[in-house]
Amino acid sequence: MSDLPVLLEMRSITKQFPGVKALADVNLVVRAGEIHAIVGENGAGKSTLMKVLSGVYPYGSYDGQIIYQGAETRFSDIRASENAGIVIIHQELALIPDMSITENIFLGNEPRKRGAIDWKAANRMALDLMARVGLREDPDTLIKDIGVGKQQLVEIAKAFAKDVKLLILDEPTAALNEADSQHLLDLLRGFRSRGITSIMISHKLNEIEAIADQITILRDGRTVETLDVKADGVDEDRIVRGMVGRELSSRFPDHTPKIGEVFFEVRNWNVRHPISAERQVCKNESFTVRRGEIVGFAGLMGAGRTELAMSVFGRSYGVYESGTIIKDGKEIVLKTVADAIAHGLAYVSEDRKALGLNLLDDIKTSTVAAKLSKISRHGVLDEVAEYQAAESYRRDLRTKAPTVDEGVSKLSGGNQQKVVLAKWMFTDPDLLILDEPTRGIDVGAKYEIYGIIQRLADQGKGVVVISSELPELIGLCDRIYTVFEGAITGEIARQDADPETLMKQMTSTKKMQTR
Amino acid sequence: MSRIKDLQKNLFGGTTSNARQFGMIFTLVAIVVLFQILTDGLTLRSDNLIALFNQNSYILILAIGMLMVIVAGHIDLSVGSIAAFTGILVAKSMAEWSLPWPVAILFGLVIGAIIGAWQGFWVAYVGVPAFIVTLAGMLLFRGGNQFIGNANTISVPEGFRVIGSGFLPEVGPNTGYNNLTLLLGLAACVAVVWREFQARKTRREMDAEPAPMWISVLRMAVMVGVIVFASLRFASGRVGTSFPVSGIILVALVLAYSFYTRNTAGGRHIYAVGGNSRAAELSGVKLKRVNFFVMMNMAVLASLAGMIFVARSAASGPQDGNGWELDAIAAVFIGGAAVAGGIGTISGSIVGGLVMAVLNNGLQLLGVGTDRVQIIKGLVLLLAVALDVYNKKQGRFSVIGSLTRSFRRDTPAPPTAPPDADRETARTAVPS
Repeated sequence: MSDLPVLLEMRSITKQFPGVKALADVNLVVRAGEIHAIVGENGAGKSTLMKVLSGVYPYGSYDGQIIYQGAETRFSDIRASENAGIVIIHQELALIPDMSITENIFLGNEPRKRGAIDWKAANRMALDLMARVGLREDPDTLIKDIGVGKQQLVEIAKAFAKDVKLLILDEPTAALNEADSQHLLDLLRGFRSRGITSIMISHKLNEIEAIADQITILRDGRTVETLDVKADGVDEDRIVRGMVGRELSSRFPDHTPKIGEVFFEVRNWNVRHPISAERQVCKNESFTVRRGEIVGFAGLMGAGRTELAMSVFGRSYGVYESGTIIKDGKEIVLKTVADAIAHGLAYVSEDRKALGLNLLDDIKTSTVAAKLSKISRHGVLDEVAEYQAAESYRRDLRTKAPTVDEGVSKLSGGNQQKVVLAKWMFTDPDLLILDEPTRGIDVGAKYEIYGIIQRLADQGKGVVVISSELPELIGLCDRIYTVFEGAITGEIARQDADPETLMKQMTSTKKMQTR
Repeated sequence: MSRIKDLQKNLFGGTTSNARQFGMIFTLVAIVVLFQILTDGLTLRSDNLIALFNQNSYILILAIGMLMVIVAGHIDLSVGSIAAFTGILVAKSMAEWSLPWPVAILFGLVIGAIIGAWQGFWVAYVGVPAFIVTLAGMLLFRGGNQFIGNANTISVPEGFRVIGSGFLPEVGPNTGYNNLTLLLGLAACVAVVWREFQARKTRREMDAEPAPMWISVLRMAVMVGVIVFASLRFASGRVGTSFPVSGIILVALVLAYSFYTRNTAGGRHIYAVGGNSRAAELSGVKLKRVNFFVMMNMAVLASLAGMIFVARSAASGPQDGNGWELDAIAAVFIGGAAVAGGIGTISGSIVGGLVMAVLNNGLQLLGVGTDRVQIIKGLVLLLAVALDVYNKKQGRFSVIGSLTRSFRRDTPAPPTAPPDADRETARTAVPS
């Protein structure tokens, strides 16, 4: 691959923020027509580097040189870099939900005829762009009516509308299920064959290994190395070693489960969609959890795992229809979240920022938020007890923050997740439901979160883990249920769990008991 | 750390380390000093101070309720109309049904509670935005006031007027001062000192270095100085005047509600709902109940403010309470509350309200017309909030860092990244 011409070279880029050097002497060489992956732990400087490249941090706010298409460029803003054909697609998609696909593709770039928007031309061009990214939808469909995978494709189509030469994707598959991820990766391969260069930032090392030509590894704001995937025979372990600076012997801590009797059971659970009542999101689902057991829920995005968890957790999703919950041999009725908490349930949401935390709060207030009664008497809060509780969890979970007064919005994803875990551990739950507990978290922090989950199980609690990453479920769980279109389609013991079996049951309604 | 920085950090940072509030207190002091000079000492004269309190206590009472409404992420435009509506009903109840005045006050509070329940129902249980519900309420209760009162004024009896224009009575030996006011001041001084030592103790229990002793002493000295000065001024007014009853009501409410919002689970829930209502709901906070409560509480306080105003002006009229909602909202925002909810303090709102009050009063003393006073007040509101927005953007003091409602510890601060560097610049752990 190294015979390809160089498209972009970033030379000893240094970016200083008040009090912290985010990038120190970073070098990046991207050749035309390759897929170049940038990996590194959270905080390694990946996004900062891309912001320098795309002009978010304008020329003059960093040191170093950017040589693009053979000439030094000095982008003053994002618009300048886009005019040069560099388009960045952020992890949080920048689409407007209530506008159509066409409107979104041409937002700020509308084709005009005599001053008015030429919708006919726009629709025609949109169809053409959509075909290039393999998106088959009516261009008048509203963004909110298509799945997140297709939204991602709209973003890419939007990039093509701007005549992109260098496409930068920040965690493009983080929110996608396996099928959509696969489609996106195929698409990137197609771009490569047509000579479009892509830079991809990702935490998913298997994807990088599968698709990238070159990998640049960043650590603590420095370039560690650039690997040529084919020539260097790179595999995941090799990448991990570069990222963390040494070998990670295992991605999961060693653990011998201490499994007790069944203590929590959901029977024949039926729930309808909150808005369209004809849609049934939980179809007669039943499952059990034993003490000390980590139970996984595998399924594609939209299979209804989150809906199941939230409807069990105090009916916080959907319209309850029928079904019973049995805990410690007794039927319990959980009509509100407060009921669920009182009965020892905890639900850690998949969306930390939107549903898990109040980003205005500090660590201390977040930690105690779900059970204020524990630190108060007659409704009056005890500040000292609050501090002590939060501080003990901070030490225990090794949350990286100077003090518990630190605002949670300043923490990294992994540390925010620890705060959310602390918040729910503080409620003394018997059953924890963790929805995508390691989404958007780097390798090192994941390992720690796994350790915490195992410790919770060892304390005799039941833990339910919902995850879209099959290796995570297989590595962590003692038993895995598969869910497909709102129904439980299988139950697989740890020793029988492998990606193929799981995937088969996640995509079929046929009930196969392999236990 | 230099002493100046120490001072800045600690002087007003004891319990509400709120950089915005810190700035506002200085603004308030600066405005007071400015007008004191411009008016040749009129501003801080006893009679003016007493008038200032009398004229603004009801707005400040509204600001308390409004702060809670805004923190929960709502707004209330109906407070002026509710005040007027309650005022006319209470006046009528005494004039025509001859209710004794203490019963009439209770009656007024009940009316406020019923109106609040009405508005709270629509906001919390039906889900109509508070802006719309209270815009409707603004029309509804303004019309109701004029319908009931036939657009006439109804005067209120002498006893009732105490809550609006009454003063602490003269008791005890003749000292040349109002004794009760002095006692009140003394109690306040003791409370300030006690609280400072409590705060130091709490800090130690939270493994944090308390502020240097000299700062504690300085802070106490400043507070005690202000209290002593104010009590002497209030106590030495014209015979028959002293600290106003409405001021006592205000102080009691400020203390009670500050405690409620800062130190109770119920108060914490209001901030949680305003900060992220979905997350609060999933943490077991009863969203509807909180929303209902803040709207209802606001209406009760609006009724109280309305009654105090009627008592002060000795009669209830059709134009009572016009534009109060805007004064109260302005006070809350000048006092550092966030438009999106989740952030703000009672004390901040009171300081914000006082800034507006002193400005108003000072300009009037200088003979500036109402037209120009309004222009100046509008600009002050805009500038105060714009400055805050600007500061946030510069990352000088972040929303979170500066507005947390509790202690800060003096640990060596780690390098912090600007907010937009977000998750990329925060370091995470590597398993060992």
